[in-house]
Amino acid sequence: MRRLTVEAPGALALVEDLGRPGLAHLGVAGSGALDRAALALANRLVGNPDGAAGIEILMGGFRARFDEETWVAVTGAWGRVTLDGRPFAPYTAGRAVAGSVLEIGPAERGARYLLAVRGGVDEPAELGSRSRDTLSAIGPAPVAAGRVLAIGAAPAASVPLLDREAAFPPPTGAVTLALLPGPRADWFTDAARATLFDATWRLSGQADRVGARLEGPALERQMTGELASEATVPGSMQVAGDGRPTVLLADRPVTGGYPVIAIISPASLDAVAQLRPGQEVRFRHA
Amino acid sequence: MSRRLLPSGDAALLVECDSLDEVLALHDALAAEPPAGLVELVPAARTILVAIDPERLPLESAATWVRRIPAEAAARRSGHAADEVTVDVVYDGDDLRSAAALLGISSDALVARHQAVEWRVAFIGFAPGFGYLVSDDWPFEVPRLDAPRPRVPSGAVALAGAFAGVYPRQSPGGWRLIGRTDAPLWDPAAESPALLVPGRRVRFRDAGRS
Repeated sequence: MRRLTVEAPGALALVEDLGRPGLAHLGVAGSGALDRAALALANRLVGNPDGAAGIEILMGGFRARFDEETWVAVTGAWGRVTLDGRPFAPYTAGRAVAGSVLEIGPAERGARYLLAVRGGVDEPAELGSRSRDTLSAIGPAPVAAGRVLAIGAAPAASVPLLDREAAFPPPTGAVTLALLPGPRADWFTDAARATLFDATWRLSGQADRVGARLEGPALERQMTGELASEATVPGSMQVAGDGRPTVLLADRPVTGGYPVIAIISPASLDAVAQLRPGQEVRFRHA
Repeated sequence: MSRRLLPSGDAALLVECDSLDEVLALHDALAAEPPAGLVELVPAARTILVAIDPERLPLESAATWVRRIPAEAAARRSGHAADEVTVDVVYDGDDLRSAAALLGISSDALVARHQAVEWRVAFIGFAPGFGYLVSDDWPFEVPRLDAPRPRVPSGAVALAGAFAGVYPRQSPGGWRLIGRTDAPLWDPAAESPALLVPGRRVRFRDAGRS
């Protein structure tokens, strides 16, 4: 069996696939790669099905050694990536040989790299998925230095010859995200609903796979009662008592007691995974 | 009864009811005839999230399906006798005396009542597999602890507000502990990982002191 040994995980390296949908009624969130399109693309580059498990690497600082020949691809965040010391272009497939070392440097754009290996990371699945849910502690434990990860059998599909169509690095400036109406938009004043679209927001330092808190003006409520907890979907923008919105992400609690003013369109949600603290965010109507 | 359909993205809608009783009844009615393309129903205290696969069940069709459930059907509480579990409990929880004292009854009376009523899993909250159980015949409101415990062991049988519950995994928690069980509440390797799933009926039974 092919393996890779993680010599340095960086700030946080997690095994993720496309998650475990359909279990919220049991209290289990969907989890899965935060930038789903980046994982799917990395997988396609090495001939895997879109949902094969890869490694989500927060901000880089990652190094791994391969024990046999393995095709690899890195997508998502953008930074200096090398294979055996030679620059390794992002969004391409590359061939590691026995003893090869892949190094993923600090992210210069975006926040989360996705590393795919041909055959997928073959950690034991839990509840039908190999994704790590960081809130519920379900799925493979966060990858620590020295961890050896099994690689699955190569898929039937060959490694595609070329697939550079989507090699767009994450933007460094302001990012505009599309919003759908939320179930509790009417809990907020007209002014607050307008402010949501007029203001320039910034990603705060409190941003992880559970939720991303935004900094900006307070969104004022017109209904002040307590909301009974209710189920949320990924991208739900809940507003806490202080008026600041938090975008609930893949590992969120499945129910929440703060009103949801709006929901980030699924097409825009991957971009949230690549925001860096301090980066500007604006909203438009989906 | 009234039912309001609220937007929740392009793959779900949130149905709001006036009471938990209406949520329970509507959940039974919806679960009885799930259309193709329904991903799941996620009940909560006043709402049910109807999650769909929009490629198989357009959102508009899902909304029509929910609206067409007649009020009568939703008012009738369909009982699935087959879907009942019995949970054996050793009633020696650290808060048994204090919970009974707060209610002005004896510990024995509290334990007897806990076993006498038929419970139903209303919804999951707080943690994977943590079912909130309700019963029409449970008259008590039990205040939570002033300060939550940092560690409640897995299998702790507990009360809070009008709800009963069992901690499926070790976690922090502010519910009052009245006993413990060895029942397999949470097993991620099992085909059905949670013992207490929404809609299921539950009976507690004294397993004797050990």
